[in-house]
Amino acid sequence: MSDTIAAISTSSLGSGGIGIVRISGDDAINIADKVFIGKNGKKLSDAETHTIHYGNIRDEHDNIVDEVLVSVMKAPNTYTREDVIEINTHGGNLVTGKVLECVLNAGAIAAEPGEFTKRAFLNGRIDLSKAEAVIDIINSKTEFNLRNSMGQLNGRLTREIDNLRDTILDEIAYMEAAMDDPENIPMEDHLEDLKNTVNNLIKRIGKLKDTYKEGSLLKEGITTVIVGKTNAGKSSLLNLLTGDESAIVTDIAGTTRDTVKEQISLGGILINLVDTAGIRDTDDIVEAMGIRKAKEHLNDADLVIYVVDSTGNMGDEDREIINLLKNKNYIVLLNKSDMNQTVTPEELYKNGIDKNIHIINFSTVTADGLEQLTSVIKEMFSLNDILINDEIVITNSRHKYLLDESIKSLNLALDGIDAGFSEDLISIDIYNSYIALGKILGKEIEDDLADRIFEKFCMGK
Amino acid sequence: MSNIEEYYDVVVVGAGHAGCEAALATSRLGLSTVCFTVSADAIAMMACNPNIGGTSKGHLVREIDALGGEMGKAIDDTFIQSKMLNASKGPAVHSLRAQADKAAYSNRMRKAMEAEKNLVIRQGEVSELIVENKKITGVKTVSGALYKCKCVILATGVYLKARCIFGDTSYNTGPNGLMAANNLTKSLIDNDIKIRRFKTGTPARIDGKTIDYSKMTEQFGDERIIPFSFSTDPDTIQKEQVSCWLTYTNEETHKIIMDNIDRSPLYSGEIEGTGPRYCPSIEDKVVRFSDKNRHQIFAEPEGLYTDEVYLSGLSSSMPEDVQYAMIRTIAGLENAKVVRNGYAIEYDCIDATQLKPSLEFINIDGLFSAGQINGSSGYEEAAAQGLMAGINAARKIFNRDYIVIDRSEGYIGVLIDDLVTKETQEPYRMMTSRAEYRLLLRQDNADIRLRRIGYEAGLISDKQIEELNNKEELIKAEIERLKNTYVGPSKELEEIFNSVGSEPISNGMSMADLIKRPELNYEILAPVDGERPELREDIRFQVNVQIKYEGYIARQLKQVESFKKLEKRLIPEEFDYKSVYGLRIEAVQKLDKYRPVSIGQAGRISGVSPADISVLLIALEQYLKNSEKNNMK
Repeated sequence: MSDTIAAISTSSLGSGGIGIVRISGDDAINIADKVFIGKNGKKLSDAETHTIHYGNIRDEHDNIVDEVLVSVMKAPNTYTREDVIEINTHGGNLVTGKVLECVLNAGAIAAEPGEFTKRAFLNGRIDLSKAEAVIDIINSKTEFNLRNSMGQLNGRLTREIDNLRDTILDEIAYMEAAMDDPENIPMEDHLEDLKNTVNNLIKRIGKLKDTYKEGSLLKEGITTVIVGKTNAGKSSLLNLLTGDESAIVTDIAGTTRDTVKEQISLGGILINLVDTAGIRDTDDIVEAMGIRKAKEHLNDADLVIYVVDSTGNMGDEDREIINLLKNKNYIVLLNKSDMNQTVTPEELYKNGIDKNIHIINFSTVTADGLEQLTSVIKEMFSLNDILINDEIVITNSRHKYLLDESIKSLNLALDGIDAGFSEDLISIDIYNSYIALGKILGKEIEDDLADRIFEKFCMGK
Repeated sequence: MSNIEEYYDVVVVGAGHAGCEAALATSRLGLSTVCFTVSADAIAMMACNPNIGGTSKGHLVREIDALGGEMGKAIDDTFIQSKMLNASKGPAVHSLRAQADKAAYSNRMRKAMEAEKNLVIRQGEVSELIVENKKITGVKTVSGALYKCKCVILATGVYLKARCIFGDTSYNTGPNGLMAANNLTKSLIDNDIKIRRFKTGTPARIDGKTIDYSKMTEQFGDERIIPFSFSTDPDTIQKEQVSCWLTYTNEETHKIIMDNIDRSPLYSGEIEGTGPRYCPSIEDKVVRFSDKNRHQIFAEPEGLYTDEVYLSGLSSSMPEDVQYAMIRTIAGLENAKVVRNGYAIEYDCIDATQLKPSLEFINIDGLFSAGQINGSSGYEEAAAQGLMAGINAARKIFNRDYIVIDRSEGYIGVLIDDLVTKETQEPYRMMTSRAEYRLLLRQDNADIRLRRIGYEAGLISDKQIEELNNKEELIKAEIERLKNTYVGPSKELEEIFNSVGSEPISNGMSMADLIKRPELNYEILAPVDGERPELREDIRFQVNVQIKYEGYIARQLKQVESFKKLEKRLIPEEFDYKSVYGLRIEAVQKLDKYRPVSIGQAGRISGVSPADISVLLIALEQYLKNSEKNNMK
């Protein structure tokens, strides 16, 4: 019986295309069943091998996270020769990350670098002569991960985690010393204090964890789709945003089709613009193109910018777009504010735009509204505080997973305290949270505890 | 031929707590065994504290007993006070500790040794190992006698080049003036064994009639005594107990120490050995914990045969005039007369990472090592290793696989794995915090965990296994019954609830669920459990613990499952780390030096990373498959 592992198996950079969360292990199908609700109501565990299923991923609060296709592949004819599930998400780092989170919450363990390949080899899927190639993969992925995660471990974050670990170790050392030398070190009425400390730790770690969403947006960029009918000014907007050469961070070729994305920096926020090539082309091509493209990419997006020609009329095409935007994260630009505007916000509301949606008067000619657009995006993704305060943020999904693990263990400790269990049991849970935090810093388990006990407590005969 | 030349299957060097268990094990398994000691009057001598057990050490004693060792039975026969420590805390840290009558304990063990027909006790100093082609073939004594054998177990304790020190006085002797073994170290070094020097210490002993106990607090034993051995009937050992006494050092004591600190051999550089941090001398405590204005001192009788009293907490190597002066500042000891000075002792021991988990040397076939020579401290740690070395020396001679207890099976496993896998910088003492699966490794279930391993080793009888099977069945049946027995609200139940402040119930609830409530337990619910069968106290205890801590136990069992997987991935002895592609140099060096037996052990070596382990797994798989193919050709 092997642990069931999971990871995002597409490159995190190709955020415009489809993301894949891969699960492998004896429990893969059961775990997938815990998060996947099939459209036909069927359980994946009842599915034939090598079949694809359509449905939703739901989180623990029953909220729909994404609409997905799930491949069920039963052992032995799979990459790892274990049961494998692949969840095809609609891309966007946020969504794929969220799906992985659901899978991990449902009982999978975050895969180590190169672990799928390692399993494939150990289970005889990869030829023996390829051992060196497999080792190369493991080593390079480990190194990549290390560099990647070190890059994100800035001094302040490291210090904060060190501080957390220090507090935890003090608590455990005290309890363990008292258990080891009960005649010397008393522990009466200690549990109330401990409860406060643990609650406090949960708050601190939780705060750190909560920066993940914003952190990963800051790091990986907000995947953004521009929609609007022909001649609404999409390509002009694109040119305005990317026009300044220095704003173009990088060109990324899509992995699944010829989608082109450009990453731009808008007031310090990274924005991944999807299908920029498509937009540039559409102005000369057929009318329906804009909508078709929109349909293709809307699900991928963290953010949609809907460009409306405010000098024209709201037509069927606009109403169709508005219909597609339901439940999406979007902003409306009333373009051509430098000209005589005929479309008003009231008009938009009448056509189905929700009252909470930000509507910005905009001009791609004068750049009127650009600042407002920037600040609205910051507000929508709560990036303001972070940019202003330079807070410590978590951007690595593995770090987040480990923070979650740490909190889980501390909550178990709290449950233990409330259930009236004694310190020797509670200490085990608290120690597990210490280990999880240590993994973020890449620390092996050494004799920290024994050292701390001897350092702080006068023990022995 | 002028010199003695004899043959034995096994030679045991040393008759302390490790040597005794080792010699008893091999001789009981039918092997002719000679056990050397520097003094036949010092067998199983308790050179330091007059007790057996204590936190985590009590676990070791119970495990030794479960496996068929002697220590538990010997202390059950000779204790003068017994106490279950941490009884108010969870069952994982309950630890039994008994005050021993030192002379009675030593005699009891000597008699057990003498009772074995295959065992010979021999007074003498072993000075040389005879090693041919990396294989042990015998030992020589200082007097030139040759003892040929198949296996040797080193259990030299603190006697290798032992040196006792207090102030500027030092003697080249072992404890209590016993002869040191000054010759064997050279032979070890000649055989490429890496030696280190450790130190430990002991407090002064006082003449009991000079102590004013009225100024101390009396420390009683438990009302109901629980035996160490699973074979001892509790009813047979309930007896009158002696007391220990609690007093404290004070600021005056500390001042005397600080005023004379430059005369301490620890601080003058006179002592070079590495001492244990968990068992510091009083001068160490006063210097390192200067904010504490007093330290606890327990006055403990050395036995019924003597009036000597051991001052636990006052270990010291200060000059005798300073020891005298500081002792006399302590309440109750104002007029104390010292019988023996406290002292520090330095000794040679080995770097135990040279050993396999079976306690056999990696590079010398048939040579085993157990106890303080391996860098551990404590009677119980020594005995545990002695037993395992004895069992495995016998396995080797019988051509059977080694028996290795892993970290999920016993404290013995944690102890030995730590010793052979981690570089210990000081004498190693067992602690409950070192056992990651300690909720499973309770002192109360050592028989359930280890009796069958003892049976496999040949030290546990059919009858004992039958008893264990019965016990387990009774536990299982009773737990099952409690899960299916429902009780509704009643006056009787309400009374029980009121007495402990438990929430009343409105509907029926299973007995098991009630037991899970922290304020309730199996015993307290007896009045409302009409169909309860009559069960032994150890069985009732198991039932209660297993129900109460079900959730925690299940979680640890799950962790053990993944732990076991890596332990089961064995690395062939001949495996060449240097030829592994992609393994970091640091990892190659460490792995080549430690020669771990499994992937699990490899992962615990400091300096070997998880990525190294992944690489190793791939290389190992390729190696195994290829050799499989070659064998088939």
